Amino acid sequence: MAINPHNRGPLRTLSVLIVIVLGLYGLLAAVHIWGDGQLTPKLGLDLEGGTQLILEPKIVGDQKINEGQVLKAVDIIRQRVDGSGVAEAEVTTQGGGNIVISLPGSPDKATIAALQKSSQLRFRVVLREDSATPTPVPTSTGTATSKSTAPATSKSTAPATSTPKATSTAKGTATTAPKSGFPQALAAATTPAPTAKPATAKPTTPAVKPKNASDPAWITPDAEKAFTALDCANPKSIDAIVDDPAKPMVTCSTDGQAKYILGRAEVLGSEIKNATSGLQQSQGGATGVYEVRLDFNPAGTKSFCDVTSRIVSLEPPFNQFGIVLDNQVISAPVAQAALCSGNASITGSFTAASSKVLADQLKFGALPMSFALQTRDDISPQLGGDQLSRGLLAGLIGLLLVVAYSLFQYRALGLLTVSSLVIASTLTYAAVTLFGWSYGFRLTMAGVTGLIVSIGIIADSFIIYFERVRDEVRDGRALRAAVETGWARARRTILISDGVNFLAAVVLYVLAASNVRGFAFTLMLTTIIDIIVVMLFTHPLLSILANTKFFGEGHKWSGLDPERLGARTVSYTGRGRVTIAARRAAAEGNQS
Amino acid sequence: MSNFAQFGNDLYTGKRSIEFVGRQKTWYAVSAILLVLAAIGLFGRQLNVGLEFRGGSEFRVSSVTNLDNFETRGKNAVGTLDTGSDVVVTKLGTNTVRIQTERFQNNLTDKVKTALASEFKVGENKITASTIGASWGASVSQKAITALIWFLVLVSLVLALYFRTWKMSLSAVIALMHDLVITVGIYALAGFEVSPASVIGFLTILGYSLYDTVVVFDKVRENTLEAEGNGRLSYSQAANQAVNQTLIRSINTSVVALLPVASILFIGFFLLGPGTLLDLSLALFVGIAVGTYSSIFIATPVLADLREREPAMKELKKRAMRYQAAQARKESTVSSAGNPLAQDGSTGTGGADLQGAVHASSGSGTSATGRPLHPNAQTGPRNQPKRPPKSKR
Repeated sequence: MAINPHNRGPLRTLSVLIVIVLGLYGLLAAVHIWGDGQLTPKLGLDLEGGTQLILEPKIVGDQKINEGQVLKAVDIIRQRVDGSGVAEAEVTTQGGGNIVISLPGSPDKATIAALQKSSQLRFRVVLREDSATPTPVPTSTGTATSKSTAPATSKSTAPATSTPKATSTAKGTATTAPKSGFPQALAAATTPAPTAKPATAKPTTPAVKPKNASDPAWITPDAEKAFTALDCANPKSIDAIVDDPAKPMVTCSTDGQAKYILGRAEVLGSEIKNATSGLQQSQGGATGVYEVRLDFNPAGTKSFCDVTSRIVSLEPPFNQFGIVLDNQVISAPVAQAALCSGNASITGSFTAASSKVLADQLKFGALPMSFALQTRDDISPQLGGDQLSRGLLAGLIGLLLVVAYSLFQYRALGLLTVSSLVIASTLTYAAVTLFGWSYGFRLTMAGVTGLIVSIGIIADSFIIYFERVRDEVRDGRALRAAVETGWARARRTILISDGVNFLAAVVLYVLAASNVRGFAFTLMLTTIIDIIVVMLFTHPLLSILANTKFFGEGHKWSGLDPERLGARTVSYTGRGRVTIAARRAAAEGNQS
Repeated sequence: MSNFAQFGNDLYTGKRSIEFVGRQKTWYAVSAILLVLAAIGLFGRQLNVGLEFRGGSEFRVSSVTNLDNFETRGKNAVGTLDTGSDVVVTKLGTNTVRIQTERFQNNLTDKVKTALASEFKVGENKITASTIGASWGASVSQKAITALIWFLVLVSLVLALYFRTWKMSLSAVIALMHDLVITVGIYALAGFEVSPASVIGFLTILGYSLYDTVVVFDKVRENTLEAEGNGRLSYSQAANQAVNQTLIRSINTSVVALLPVASILFIGFFLLGPGTLLDLSLALFVGIAVGTYSSIFIATPVLADLREREPAMKELKKRAMRYQAAQARKESTVSSAGNPLAQDGSTGTGGADLQGAVHASSGSGTSATGRPLHPNAQTGPRNQPKRPPKSKR
């Protein structure tokens, strides 16, 4: 059968939709067969139950935790939970001190570890670096220099700029170098921390007063001893590492490949505003190199600027700074310039995954607390199973009512509404399931209700469109022309109204906390699907239908009957045909 | 159906016109009453917020042997003490039942313990009570409010840019706040419990109300631009005509949006009892109904009132009055047609016309280019017998 030339454009648009639908379902099948994706949407905490974790927050140094800190801890935990996707978790407190997290599904060990991870994130300059194992192995952390360089002797040479001063002149030094305010901190640090194990000697006050944090004079004989004694393969000796912000520390990298003597803490985790990961961008587009981008708050910008401007000109390893999380170095990048703009990027042999891990560690590292897992229990759904089935029943009834109403109002055009709604539901189902797989999106009861309600909002796009077409028919336009002009006008209205809806969803998603995010996500999704369906399905199909005799000549049951719509003009439809006249002629032909 | 379609046609051509803009004082009065009621509800009765916002008490019953129907049994046990509404019963692990309720006085806590112990047949020492904090705490609310403010600012900007006048975006936001306050007020008045689900419902209303208003405003803009061009209608008349022309759409949209919500409400009310479904659908039902009302009766009249104050619009009104008076004079000499707006203007221009929207009701006698038409051309081709339409034969 030859294709009507008027239908070519619409058919092409329709085929785009078919490709999208097939693509989505193909992907769904692919992740189900080869991945761990499931074929039904993931359900939320209230419908499927999940796991309840009780964490007890602990502040370093056995301080008593106060109410404000608990609330802060709840916020941090909520942020961590939100950071892992759009699963709507419940975070609350119990008995004033403990934090109760209810997560949908069954979180794996890594997730729980990430939630309870203590996070004292600090930036310290590297004073000495050594391979932890006898054979040098390159590490993957940051742009840390290769560990194949020879032992410590060559490295302990003082940089030309630093001249150790006697203790008596400490105050004077501090005033001449006002950018580092360490003397006070130093004075406070002379008393040894009580918690240290005797096995690893901790660095104490240097005999001579170092000029700044990069001064090798910080490496005291004690620190030297601890450095040699430190065995990065032995978990016990890592546990014994003391992380006092005012003093230098001796520690290992998280992979146990390198050990460091680090200066006092100069940039704190709380001074990092944000950290993201992604491909490095250059003028020619993405370079294929993954990087971690850091944003500092004003205090952090200043400290980071001070550190980088001081160490950039020093020789290795003094030009490196170690990022210490949880007593261990997670990355030790080399400062390549004085970075004073408030943001920085770390590059190195990152993969997409490892850069994300580092970014997350940096981002959530602002909390000076650790959490002890107290209990872990499975938790049953908060809503009984009948809630979901009855909710779906309600949705079905609602859908049928909408179908009945649109058939009543729009007759055969109502069928187009129905098929558009079917396409929209098909797309929504695939999208919700796929987002469940990739972003951990879970449908809660509120989400299900949101989807049911979206039936009405999606159907509204069709109503706007059909009413516009009818308006054009009332003006006496032939149907094909009416469809095109009606579409041109309706499209603008649909786009702006959906745009406003989408804006609402994006703002809520970005700014609100987890409880609202799932809903905002649903709203975003349905708005996009609304536009896709009306653009790629409803309009092209109506254009094709306008070329059929049934709709084009305004059959009584088509919903576009010019006579019923009050069009009184005779209109010329092309090829020598005139709508009303043609129909009358046909009608008379039947009668006689 | 045929009457409904006829009604739509009449509204479109202007044969029938409802004074939405002209009688704005009536609508404002209605809304003012509603708003006062809402304010009484909000400040007099306060919102009844759920335990997700306030925190509450938690009871854990461990070593439960018979877990059949633990949900209803738990609810009933607490319910016998008549302590309030919200009780969440969940199962932890294999044999522990967790019951979360609103915060109790100490003596009541003991009673609840006793009730639970007898219901689940365990010793009272197997029941632990503790307080729980709000899962939707102050910081979450804070964030939601920040998001709301950002949303309003951004939406006002987008609408002002799209419609090229801040007055439209102001009217839309006024209508939005109107909807939100009334919905929340009705919640407070009725004493329904506000759960996170209801908050989500309120947020949906934001989107819906704005959506509805934007659709009407798009038509208002189209009509008023045309009116400004040909000076036949004042701003208010053009806006009113736009509301009338989109009325069928508004009715259809509201019905289509309300049907699924009503069915959830129905099922929730009769089959499920209080819960997420009922909370959400109630908020939505009220909100959508109020949202439709406000986009017709509030947003457009407010907009018209704002715009009519502009000198240019006053000028337009004078022009329109002059034109309409002249039309009426001409009408009375030619025929006995009454309302100058109600003439069938599409006659002379036929199917070749591409500017179909407004001129149809804005009077006859000119072609699309504004030239006067010959009287014969206005009444259609000569010597053509006028047949009544098929349906009237």
